[in-house]
Amino acid sequence: MSDAIVTALLELADDHLVLGHRLSEWCGHAPMLEEDLALPSMGLDLIGAARVLYTRAGEIEGKGRGEDDFAYLRDERAYRNCLLVERPNGDFAQTMLRQLYFAAFMEPYWKAALGSSDAVVQGLAAKALKEVAYHIRHSAEWVIRLGDGTAESAARMAEAVVELHGYTDELFLSSEAAQAAEAAGILPGRAALRTAWEAALKPVFAEAQLDWPEKVWPQSGGRKGEHGEALGHMLAEMQVIARAHPGAVW
Amino acid sequence: MSVTDLSAAQAGARAWAAAAAVPDPEIPVVTVADLGILRAVTLRDGVAVAQVSPTYTGCPAVLAIELAVEAALRDAGFEARVERQLSPPWTTDWITEEGREKLRAYGIAPPAQAANSVRALFGESVVACPRCGSEATEKLSDFGSTPCKAQYRCRDCLEPFDHFKCI
Ligand SMILES: [Zn+2]
Repeated sequence: MSDAIVTALLELADDHLVLGHRLSEWCGHAPMLEEDLALPSMGLDLIGAARVLYTRAGEIEGKGRGEDDFAYLRDERAYRNCLLVERPNGDFAQTMLRQLYFAAFMEPYWKAALGSSDAVVQGLAAKALKEVAYHIRHSAEWVIRLGDGTAESAARMAEAVVELHGYTDELFLSSEAAQAAEAAGILPGRAALRTAWEAALKPVFAEAQLDWPEKVWPQSGGRKGEHGEALGHMLAEMQVIARAHPGAVW
Repeated sequence: MSVTDLSAAQAGARAWAAAAAVPDPEIPVVTVADLGILRAVTLRDGVAVAQVSPTYTGCPAVLAIELAVEAALRDAGFEARVERQLSPPWTTDWITEEGREKLRAYGIAPPAQAANSVRALFGESVVACPRCGSEATEKLSDFGSTPCKAQYRCRDCLEPFDHFKCI
């Protein structure tokens, strides 16, 4: 039972760490100063949430593992993030659409998690709910600006939808571990959030002149540790220092 | 006077005063008490325990603040410990009046009150220029040099400025 709870918390933590790290990759490369600040700021919010969740998972597990052990010392196969968050940054359109897809899912998720039976999850939900509101607004503004922009930006935005939409289905699937955490009242159910997610996104798509894809080929496997090759590269870079200098502190 | 010679009330007051005076590492004109992130300091079995709420979940200043509060309590003669308090979540509503005035004087437009509704969060509320007081201002970006700030510009005096955003 508690194994399942730990796994479920790690799934959620991994989603946040991986996407947070992806956003940090824009630091120093964003197209303008404001975005160079905005993307890592959102990344910090996500990594902050991951830290809380890893620490909580470690407490429940009771084997002395903490946030750094989970983040730096697990291999790709042990990571349980959904595939959407590990997708490479691509161009700015892909980064912003990926963010919007995830944030529009997390908003109702955190709202439901306000009723969690776990005090840490509940406290995090209240905090993250406000932060994610900014992420939705920011990424939605860009999706609209690019989708309803020049021929070039509109084409790239449409391409981003084709590239990423198939990865969104996995957000709504609960693994066995997540189901156990849901039954225990610790984490909210996922499937029921689809209505709120679509209701948040469809007006943005309309304003951005983007077609809502009716037919997609859903991709999943992240919750079983089956990842695309992009995650391995990302983790190699993220973990290299910690693995080269075990136990180092600063 | 050493801490052990003080009454419980005196010791509690001294511990609070020591912790409360710690400046925010990123905006040093305001203290942790001004910001409302220092929630309480209590004496438990001779140990001063400070409860600190992070502003943002991933705020990199959190650790620096916790260490500074602990050091300030030790300097005041206490054994000290800091507890991170996530719930209830910090809100900009907890910034004191004095804190708001200090922010304004420093050139940072303070947040509006009642940040707890998402409406106020996105407050299309007026952000007055901290330099000239003009309400003719525009947002440049929701994100600024630290997680808690947004970037604005005044259309009257033309100065850019930071806005401590509502959360
Ligand atoms: Zn002005």
